[in-house]
Amino acid sequence: MAVRVGIPSSLLYYLYYPAWNTFFSELGARVIPSGNTTREILDLGVKEALADACVPIKLYFGYVKALVGQVDYLFIPRVVCLNRETTYCPKFLGLPDMIRHSIKNVPPLIDVRIDVREEGDALFKAYRQAGQVLGATGRAIIQAYRKAMATERRFFSLLRKGWSPHEALQILKTGSRPPKKKGRLTFAVLGYPYLVYDQYISVGLLGRLKKMGVDVVTVENLAPRVLYRQKDYLEKRLFWTLGDLVLRAAHYLLRRTNIDGVIHVTAFGCGPDSLVGKYLEMAVHQYRNVPFMSLSIDEHSGDAGIATRLEAFVDMVMRKKEVGLQCPGSLSPM
Amino acid sequence: MPRITFPHVGESYRSFKMLMEDLGNEVILPPRPSKRTLDLGVRYAPEFACFPVKILLGTYLETCPQGVELIITSGGVGPCRAGHYAQLHKKILRSLGYQVDIVVFEPPRLYPLEFLHNIQRLNPRRMSYRAIYECIRRAWRKLQALDNVEKLTHKIRPRETVRGATTRAYRRVLEWIDRAYSLAEIEEAEQSAIEELKKVPQDPYRDVLRVGIVGEVYVLLEPASNLEIEETLGNLGVEVERSLFLTGWTRDNTWAETTEGLTVKEAALPYLPELLGGHGRDSIGNTVLYAKRGFDGVIQLAPFTCIPEIVARTILPRVSEDHNIPVLTFFLDEQTGKAGMATRLEAFVDLMRRKKAARRTA
Repeated sequence: MAVRVGIPSSLLYYLYYPAWNTFFSELGARVIPSGNTTREILDLGVKEALADACVPIKLYFGYVKALVGQVDYLFIPRVVCLNRETTYCPKFLGLPDMIRHSIKNVPPLIDVRIDVREEGDALFKAYRQAGQVLGATGRAIIQAYRKAMATERRFFSLLRKGWSPHEALQILKTGSRPPKKKGRLTFAVLGYPYLVYDQYISVGLLGRLKKMGVDVVTVENLAPRVLYRQKDYLEKRLFWTLGDLVLRAAHYLLRRTNIDGVIHVTAFGCGPDSLVGKYLEMAVHQYRNVPFMSLSIDEHSGDAGIATRLEAFVDMVMRKKEVGLQCPGSLSPM
Repeated sequence: MPRITFPHVGESYRSFKMLMEDLGNEVILPPRPSKRTLDLGVRYAPEFACFPVKILLGTYLETCPQGVELIITSGGVGPCRAGHYAQLHKKILRSLGYQVDIVVFEPPRLYPLEFLHNIQRLNPRRMSYRAIYECIRRAWRKLQALDNVEKLTHKIRPRETVRGATTRAYRRVLEWIDRAYSLAEIEEAEQSAIEELKKVPQDPYRDVLRVGIVGEVYVLLEPASNLEIEETLGNLGVEVERSLFLTGWTRDNTWAETTEGLTVKEAALPYLPELLGGHGRDSIGNTVLYAKRGFDGVIQLAPFTCIPEIVARTILPRVSEDHNIPVLTFFLDEQTGKAGMATRLEAFVDLMRRKKAARRTA
């Protein structure tokens, strides 16, 4: 029987699952993702994780708990740095250790460390190490790695065309593209992929916006090349890759004028976001008066509360836009 | 003369004040963090910013109306948030209308030129590097003296026969060290301070528990932020050993890693091989070391939402189990009350006493 490798569906899953899936499948393993978030999984995580941790970490614990007993290995890479400059949140850095030392009966972890600051080919070396755990040979690993990278490139190019990770995964799998409609408004929904795209903990944010006729631009829809061109937006560069990207995306989108509103999605108690959120708020004030809303999410977020806030926000933006169209200049930026 | 200020970190302001005045700056002393400091900090800092951000911002907001032009603080290389405090504070202070600038000292072994540049900004009298070095040496000696005296109070307080005698003596001798200026004077003041503290009447037969304190640097070093936990523990008959002092922290972050630092790293290796920024790994390593040295318990202090300490806290139960040492964690913020903390500490001390008694009879 094929070796079963479990991949918890949170945190970096939304960016790198296609590559990981391809890599392990090519090596003959059966990849078992932990599926979509449900109340049960979140409850498992809340019970297991520290109360002071943020909701994505609790969710990750829940996913791991759900996979225990179903898989032979758990793939929890220690992703330190992928772009030679910024690292990830300390919770990502200590993730394998937190899981290993606080959940009972965890299957063996494949916790390869990826830090491209140390060596140029650290990424390949990490994949090779992961492959060796499964007992694969050198040639098979190289082949699987190439395929994984090709999938990753295809996946990212789909994201850049405006698809969400779920849609992009669908397209990669079946080849058929879901229909697209042009909405009345365009919002920038900024936040970490594991919050924005998780339909359960974001309380269906993207779906709700779509229903209300709002097009959404996320950080993942923008090319990193464009984002890294945003210079001197802070005195000192942020340390965290994802937070840094959110802030760069905000500056880029605010400089273009066709964004009608900005929604910042953040988890209750998120460490990096306490800074990113503040800088974001300041950036919005600095450019022009784009309506801005900060949505803080935790394990108690209610359906009705979020829905009311979103509706009110969309109505407000809509009215502002209508007034602005009727008598231009009356709402000129201060 | 430029008017400068800096964060309030325990008693260290006595040394920094001397150094900055020697270099020719006018120092506006930061007040001890109080309720008012916190209120100001909480009002203007981001909600989920950790406790030190709020205290420091509150401190600056108390000193800035007195005409501060320059704030001196330390930086950091991440991924702990502390490395970005200075930039955040500057933005917030500027948005409130204070035209202040911030001088951020990053680790000089990584940014040597910036370090020298920063020193020159604080050197309006254009003193030579040699003269500056002399000033720093004296300030450093004073800092050491302050740390040494504080360490001694941790030993004496649990054994005092008159409650509060140690704290009163400590307040008195701090002034002596404060007034000392030359190297010889500082050494003499330290010596007489130690003698004075040893005169506090003690009960040498008292059964004293030993507890190690680990955690995030600011809440460890500033008693106002940890609600004087060391004093509370001392009054409960517990001898405290803190894993961090300002002199140790400065040495680790300026020149090279000390042997103590390397031992801690090694001790943490089986549990947390990755450096998380902040003091997450040190908390784990020090807990292991305290257990090996036969301490009765460990207390972890961390600001609410502190990322590295949350990681450490998730792993600490396993360390506690493996090494058979009780660990108690306090996440501190502006809501933490002294009575609640005292109750938890009393329960923890009872637990350690029973454990110790059981070990003795076994």
